[in-house]
Amino acid sequence: MTTAAAPPRTSGPAPRPVTAPKHRPKVNWWLTALLMVLSLTILVPLYFAVVTALKTTAELGGTGFGLPSSVQWSNFKDAWELTNFPRAALNSALITVGAVVVTLLTNSMVAYAIARNMDRKFFKGLYFYFVSALFVPFPIIMLPVAKQTALLHLDNRAGLILLYVVYGLAFNIFIYTAYINSIPRSLEEAAQIDGASTWTVFWKVIFPLLGPMNATVGILTCLWAWNDFLLPLVILSDPNSATLPLVQYVFQSQFSQNYPAAFASYLMAMAPMFIVYIFAQRWVISGVVRGAVK
Amino acid sequence: MSTDSSRVPRLRKPKLSPTYYWMVLPALALFLVFHTVPVVQGIYYSFTDSPGYGPSNFVGLRNYAALFSDPRVIHAYWFTFLIAIVATVVTNVIALAIAIGLNSRIKFKNGLRGIYFIPNVLAVLVVGYIFNYLFSNSLPALAAKLDIGWLENSLLGQAKTAWIAIVILAVWQSAAFNIILYLAGLQTVEPEVYEASALDGASAWRTFRSITFPLIAGFFTINMVLSLKGYLQIFDHIVALTGGGPGTDTESIALLIYKGGFQGGEYGYQSANSVIFFIVIVTLSMVQLNVLRRREVSES
Repeated sequence: MTTAAAPPRTSGPAPRPVTAPKHRPKVNWWLTALLMVLSLTILVPLYFAVVTALKTTAELGGTGFGLPSSVQWSNFKDAWELTNFPRAALNSALITVGAVVVTLLTNSMVAYAIARNMDRKFFKGLYFYFVSALFVPFPIIMLPVAKQTALLHLDNRAGLILLYVVYGLAFNIFIYTAYINSIPRSLEEAAQIDGASTWTVFWKVIFPLLGPMNATVGILTCLWAWNDFLLPLVILSDPNSATLPLVQYVFQSQFSQNYPAAFASYLMAMAPMFIVYIFAQRWVISGVVRGAVK
Repeated sequence: MSTDSSRVPRLRKPKLSPTYYWMVLPALALFLVFHTVPVVQGIYYSFTDSPGYGPSNFVGLRNYAALFSDPRVIHAYWFTFLIAIVATVVTNVIALAIAIGLNSRIKFKNGLRGIYFIPNVLAVLVVGYIFNYLFSNSLPALAAKLDIGWLENSLLGQAKTAWIAIVILAVWQSAAFNIILYLAGLQTVEPEVYEASALDGASAWRTFRSITFPLIAGFFTINMVLSLKGYLQIFDHIVALTGGGPGTDTESIALLIYKGGFQGGEYGYQSANSVIFFIVIVTLSMVQLNVLRRREVSES
């Protein structure tokens, strides 16, 4: 260990070229191999889902990890028709996109008004009022909320979007205000002197500066709305507006006759978010981290 | 009153544009209607015998008294605590270990990080159905092949073993998030710190114990609190794996509130359960936060 630390000292004048090659050759291959083996715990269940979705029912049984003898694409067709996949996917997409767009536009605005007026009692109180909702888990309000949305005829997709937007407030205001506080007020003041209204200042000056936080809030809302099961379960009354996770639940009894089709259905339900993740991996991970570290 | 409060700040501070109020008022109204009112309603119903529809009578604290002697409720709390505590510990140990691995000098760092994060983007319920099949068909078949007697029956068949399967699914799905958070924490530690520690001849474990861990204690606190709070509300996992069965043996608190409140005609009774559940979650979060914060301070 002492020898490894010695070179930087002797070749003091040029530290950069010394540290760079020092990192390269020291790749820990044992650890790399270990982490690759451990990553199989993630990949094997997914592999299992894929091979099962491509088998015939007769081929099931045993441990089920073998490859299918002939690929049965028809399972996907069965699942597609049985669960009416396009409709469920469209419902999920509508609800997710709606929740993300409305959340970004409204929550950032509320956070802005609060962040810039924290010296006033009303806004400060509002901040603590919203953020305290972080301590109220959903199961606690689910019974009254289901009743209330039904009463207001909001037991549908629009109502669901509204609830995601409103329930997101607690956490989003928390992270948006922290971020807005780091934006100097001088920009807004300059715009105000030029005669811009508060409204214009927010949309033209502040909102564009919220880029990284908008990404974080957008990603978290997207993952939440797309994968959520409990809220659609208790809110949606019309089976035609069921989301993808809800559909998997509703069709369980019919799936038990046909496991390959069930797995095809699971894969199709997971695929859209999975594909988005593959293409936007770094972006998604950094967005989630930014939200958690705040 | 309202004229007073609007005038006084105007004298002291530059005028406040009414636009600011318009920006927050709709959100405030909606939040009141869809969050605060339900909370209050829930508390109100907890004092009634409402079945969820039609008229109901005020029963005082009878629901609360009944909760504490209801074996189904007590079992749900016990079962939820068991899962939440074990899953919190296991998730954080595994996530921290993997994060340290991913933060070391390894190859394919980004690829591996990408793989470990996959479960976080998948719906618990759907993953749960896949695991359900693995636990009830594949694992027993594998056990039979390898001649491991106790695994030849499905883990999901009885509460005694089903909780293990639920913990496995929970850890599989949510460790991803904790890994990424620990990794972010580890990246805040300057490499010079490790070099100094290596120079002093400290072992890997010693370095972790006395240097790395205290430096990321804040991340440990966040992860522990978020994990426990999340797992106490466990719902999707159980719906997918056991549906609460056999009987009511594997019901979590959230599942019990859902089933009793929506299907069992126990609207008022389960509202009382929700109130208790709320108090439990807030208390536990606070206690945990205090204990972990104190550790953070004393160690660093």
